[in-house]
Formats: sequence, structure tokens, C-alpha cells
Amino acid sequence: MNAVLLSADLPYWAISLLRVLGGLVAVLLPAGTVVYLFLFKMLSFMQSRLGPMEAGPYGSMQLFAEVGKWLQKEDIVPASAQPEARIFKMAPLIVLASTFLLVVVVPFGPDAWFTNFETGIFYALAVSSVSVLGILIAGWSSANKYSLLGGLRAAGQLVAYELPMVLAVIGVVIQAGTMNLQEIVVAQNAGSMFGWDGLGNPYVLTQFVAFLIFMISVQAELSQTPFDMPIAESELVSGYMTEYSGFRFLIFFIGEFATAGVFAMIASVLFLGGWGVPFSWFGWTTIDSIDNWMNVAGPLILFAKMMALVFFIMWIRFSSPRLREDQLQRFAWKVLIPISLVNIMLTAVLKVAF
Amino acid sequence: MTMLGDRQQLAYIAAQAADARVNVELETEGMTLNIGPQHPATHGTLRIIARLDGEQVVWAEPSAGYMHRGYEKLTEVRTFPQVTALVNRIDWLGSFANEVPFILAAEKLMGVEAPSRAQHIRTILFELSRIANVSLFLGDLGVQLGAITPVFFAFRDREYVLNLIEAATGGRFHPNFDRIGGLKDDLPAGFIDETRVVMKKLRTFCDQIEDLLFGNEIFQARTRGIGVIPKDVALSYGLSGANLRASGVDWDLRRDQDIPMAWNKTEFKVITHPDGDSFARCWVRLQEVRESTKIVDQLLDTIPAGPVMAKVPKIIKVPEGEAWVSTENPLGEMGYYVVSQGDQGPFRVKIRSASFNNISIVPWLLKGVYVPDIITILASLYFILGDIDR
Repeated sequence: MNAVLLSADLPYWAISLLRVLGGLVAVLLPAGTVVYLFLFKMLSFMQSRLGPMEAGPYGSMQLFAEVGKWLQKEDIVPASAQPEARIFKMAPLIVLASTFLLVVVVPFGPDAWFTNFETGIFYALAVSSVSVLGILIAGWSSANKYSLLGGLRAAGQLVAYELPMVLAVIGVVIQAGTMNLQEIVVAQNAGSMFGWDGLGNPYVLTQFVAFLIFMISVQAELSQTPFDMPIAESELVSGYMTEYSGFRFLIFFIGEFATAGVFAMIASVLFLGGWGVPFSWFGWTTIDSIDNWMNVAGPLILFAKMMALVFFIMWIRFSSPRLREDQLQRFAWKVLIPISLVNIMLTAVLKVAF
Repeated sequence: MTMLGDRQQLAYIAAQAADARVNVELETEGMTLNIGPQHPATHGTLRIIARLDGEQVVWAEPSAGYMHRGYEKLTEVRTFPQVTALVNRIDWLGSFANEVPFILAAEKLMGVEAPSRAQHIRTILFELSRIANVSLFLGDLGVQLGAITPVFFAFRDREYVLNLIEAATGGRFHPNFDRIGGLKDDLPAGFIDETRVVMKKLRTFCDQIEDLLFGNEIFQARTRGIGVIPKDVALSYGLSGANLRASGVDWDLRRDQDIPMAWNKTEFKVITHPDGDSFARCWVRLQEVRESTKIVDQLLDTIPAGPVMAKVPKIIKVPEGEAWVSTENPLGEMGYYVVSQGDQGPFRVKIRSASFNNISIVPWLLKGVYVPDIITILASLYFILGDIDR
């Protein structure tokens, strides 16, 4: 996207506008598709019902109807939250902002990216923690005991699961030798396994343990079942979201699914070869030799990979019960972190050996 | 909470705390958490007042009565046949089972006994309402623990049972079908074959739930060893039903007492579990649904021909006296102490409902558990608000 825009010699404001629109599409399109396909339809089929059928063909316009409904609702600030009304109102925006900050580093094609950081994955892991801030603020400023418990649980959980996530990513970084997400994609697709380059070298094969740990941590970062104690409808009555209504709740809701989509994008960039196909299929060797049509096909390939990963995230979400807070912490500190440390050591040793 | 930003307040708290302790930083203030009356985990309007230290409960007490409907008083201004319409609504998920002990008590006072066919049909409907009730519990259990899918399976398969009850009685939830001396009607045509099919479906449902929930490691981690009720405590708090049997007490009114119902003509196992934890309570209920389907199957095979109504006068006057009859209802022991003074209606009725006694153990049981476990324990105790508040 960047190279295309620069070559067109547009003014700065036009480039910025196009980038903002691109960012909106990159965040909202996956979120909408995930909500419709998985939350509305897959969940319904799993539960032996049809789901929305009235709004549009097979209920495909249901999300728009829901958004319309939420936008009409009153934006309520509880009386006891009035002293910090500004902070209360700000919290969902912080959560959503973290998603937008996250999508900035995801590469969508050889030239289709928003920014191309040298330390892309480092940045992504850093900004993903911003949402903790929003959730903690939401839980605290709601002046509701359930929200407070939910917010504190979320903070504890997100901090605990940040660590295995970072450690899992380190394995990939060691193997690729770079933190740049674009270069990680290229390294996977241009690579070869024992001299055979028919599939490139997707890191999901060599870093399978890291992939599992990453996906488990993503599940916890998104507070999806079995790690959904911060929300926990049946005990905390939606936790930190309890007091939100109208479009602020909508932002939380969209943010949840958009973040699921963006995390799945990052996972597919790190482990499944991102936007690329194995370069040997078309005789490419480096990033400069890639045909231009990949800038169109790349986002679609990334989207397909993302949907496959979100499918697993949602499948687990819809079918498993919820852990308890202390069990979750124990799982993070006593199981995931030791395994990921061993994985890092093994990766490093093998990297030096080969 | 909003006051914490206030510097004076903070200084005051620090000064207070410093008097008592040297280490101020680690001291936390307690918090009182009201679970309910409006809360998804209490399926109704039960209020649990829990005093928390962090997420740990130091003191808890259930506060019932938000849905008290005064049925004991209302029965005094009703005639005997009218009372069944009221008591239907006590345990609204297994409502036919509520009518039976009251009718049996009235029959005991009048000295009539329902014909053998009526006793069989009563027992079949009784067990069907147990299945409808407990199968919903099995699905709801998943929701309380965060698994949202099993509850839809439960609703789907409970519907088959409710259809049967509707076919026989005309009402899905409130049959109002039991009469003094028998039943309102005979079974409809095709009921027996249809019931056999449904019982097979319900056994499949039990297998599904066992696979989906009970075999799940997370479910086991959440329920095993949580909310353990030892045998003697269970007995001293007057628990009944599956809650008591899960603590290892072999006690089942269907087998242990001689009442004019058809249970003694069937073979069934009384399920017990030695552990007494939440998992045991859920597991016992699951197995009881299986046993109930077998009871129904046996009764369908042996159902005798004959009338469904004994000879009773048109206007029922129950002779003076007092009678107590209790049965093993889906939630536990449910009994009616009926006092009659020879009128058309009872003089006084005392309803002993299972849930009221079952939740009396909550203050003892919740001490020291974490907030998520409150929900697990309440779900596994399985109460129905109508059964607590009456």
C-alpha cells in the first residue's frame, strides 16, 4: 500500500486519509466477518439452532441491525461513576485504540503495509498490553463491585499471559533472525525444509510448541473461554463491561472480536507464512522479485489464514467451561512459561547447530 | 470507592491502619458482595450476601424471600382439588411431582387409594418431570461454569419430555392433573410407544452431557474437591435428594417408604457417591436421569388395565385429621403436612420443600471459597427459587 501510494505522488493528507480508511477496513472487516460467521452462525449450528435468519440472506445483515440497535441506546453513566465520568467514557476507546495500534504493523502484501518497523513484533507485543489499561480503567471507574473484580482479574490475567506470549514469539524471532514482521513472512516463504522448498518453511512446523503456547496466550489475552474470568457472565455479569451500554458497549464488543482477528493475523504472520505463498511455486526468490498482484492476493490469503485460526479460537470458546482465576495463573506460571523457556533454549541450540 | 482519590480519606485510613499494624501496604479492606437478588447464577431472586477478603469469602448468608408467594396461607382458602394448581408452581420445572405428595396426603386422610393404573401413570409422570427438571440442571450447570453449548442440548431434549407431559396432561409446566382418588384422564393413544422413543433419546442425551461436560478436564478441575459436604454435616443440615446421596448417604424415599405409588414394582439403583463435592452432586444427578428413564421403561411394560379414578364423592370433604406424606422429588424430599377439620379445604398446610433445606448449608459451605466457586457450589446444590420461597 505504502509503495503504491508513494509512487502515485499524493499529498500527505490524502495518504493519511487512505491509511486511516485502510486501517478501518483492516480492523472492522475481520471483526464483522468473525462476528457473523462464528458468533452468529457457527455457534448456532453447534447449539442445534439456526441463528439469525431474518436480516438479509441467512441473516448476513444482522450485525448492521445490531449496530443500529446499540447506537440508538442511551449512553448511561452510573450515578456512582459520575465523579470519574470522563475516565469511564474513555475506557472503551483505549481498548479499541490498542487494536488499531496493533494492526499497524501487520504486513498484508509485499508492498501493502501501514508501517514497516524493524522491531515490528516487539512493538506489537508492547501495544497489545495497552488494552489492559482500558480494561482496568473500565473496571475501576464503573464503581461497581462486579466490574472491579472483573477489571482486577483481567489485569492479573493479561499480565500473566503476556509473558508466555513473548517467550513463544522469541522462538520465532531466533529462527527468523529478525523482529521485522515482513522479513519473518519472507523468511518463511523463501525458506526450505531439508532442501525441499515446496512448502517454504512455515514456522508452525518447527515452532509447533511456540505456536500452541502463542494461541493459548491469545485465548487468554482476548479473555475467551476457558480464560474468560474477567467477563464471566454467570458470575461477574460481564465483569468490567457491566455498566456500559449503547455504543460504548458496542466498542468493547467490536474491540473484542477485532482483537481476535488481529491477533490471529499476527499468529498467521508468525507461524503460517502470513500473506505469502511458498515462493518456489512462482519462481520468486526475494521480496523484490514478487509479482505485483500479490499486493491484492496477499491480503486475501492472510484473511483466509486468519479465519482458519479464529475458527479454532472460537471453537474452543464455544465448547469449553471456564477455569478459575488461581488455576489460570498456575497454568501460566507453572506450565506455559517453563515450556516456552525450554523451547527457546532448544531453538537457540538448533539454530547454532544448523 | 470514589472516595479513595480523596487525600484526606487516604490519610485517615493510613492513620487508622498504622495504629493497629506496622505493615500497612498488604492490608486490604473487606468488601461485601451482594450476589443477587438479580443475578444470572441464582436462577431467580435469591440473594447471597458474601463478605469477601480479596476474592475469598469469609462469611456468606443466603437471604431468601424475594419471591415469597404465600402458598401455605393460600391453600387455606382453597378447596382440596384447587390446591394442586397452586403447588404446581413451587418447583416449576418438575411441577407434576409437587402435586403427588399433597394428593397422597389428602387420600390418606380420606382413606381412598387410587387404582393401580392411576398409580402407574402417576409414577410415570412423576419420573418424567424428574427427567425434565434434572436434564435442564445438567445443561444449566455448563452455563454456570462458562460452557454455553450444553444448555441448548438440554433445552432441546427436555422439550421431548415436556411434549409427553403436555400430551398426557395438557400442560407443559403446570399439569394440574392429579386428582384425589386418581387422575383426570387416561393416557392418550400412542403415549406409550412415544415415551419409549423419548427415553432412548434421553439416554443418548445423558451420554452426550457426560462426554461434553463430565469428561472435560476443566470441568473436573472446577468441581472436584470444591464444596465438600461430609456425611454427618449433610445429615445435620437436613439435606435431601441428590445432595445427600452425593455425600454417601444411601437414602431414597422412593425405595425406603411404602406409599401407594408404583416404584416398589420396579428395579432401580439408588446412586450414591462417596466424595460429597460438587462433582459428586452433579454426577449423581446425571446417573439419576438414566435410572429414571429405566424406571419409566419398566413401568410402561407393566402398566395394568383398569380405571384411573377411584370412587370419590363429587364434592370432596376431607375428614378431620392430620397427615404427612413426603416423596423423593427431583430436588429432594418434598412433603406436605395437611391438617383438615372436615371442610372442603385444608385448615393448614405446611410445605416442606427440598431447596429451602438444601440452601441452609450455604453459610457453612461458602466459608473460605473463592468467588467463582460460589457459583459452582450454588449450581451443584441445585435449588429452584420457587422451591425456596414457596
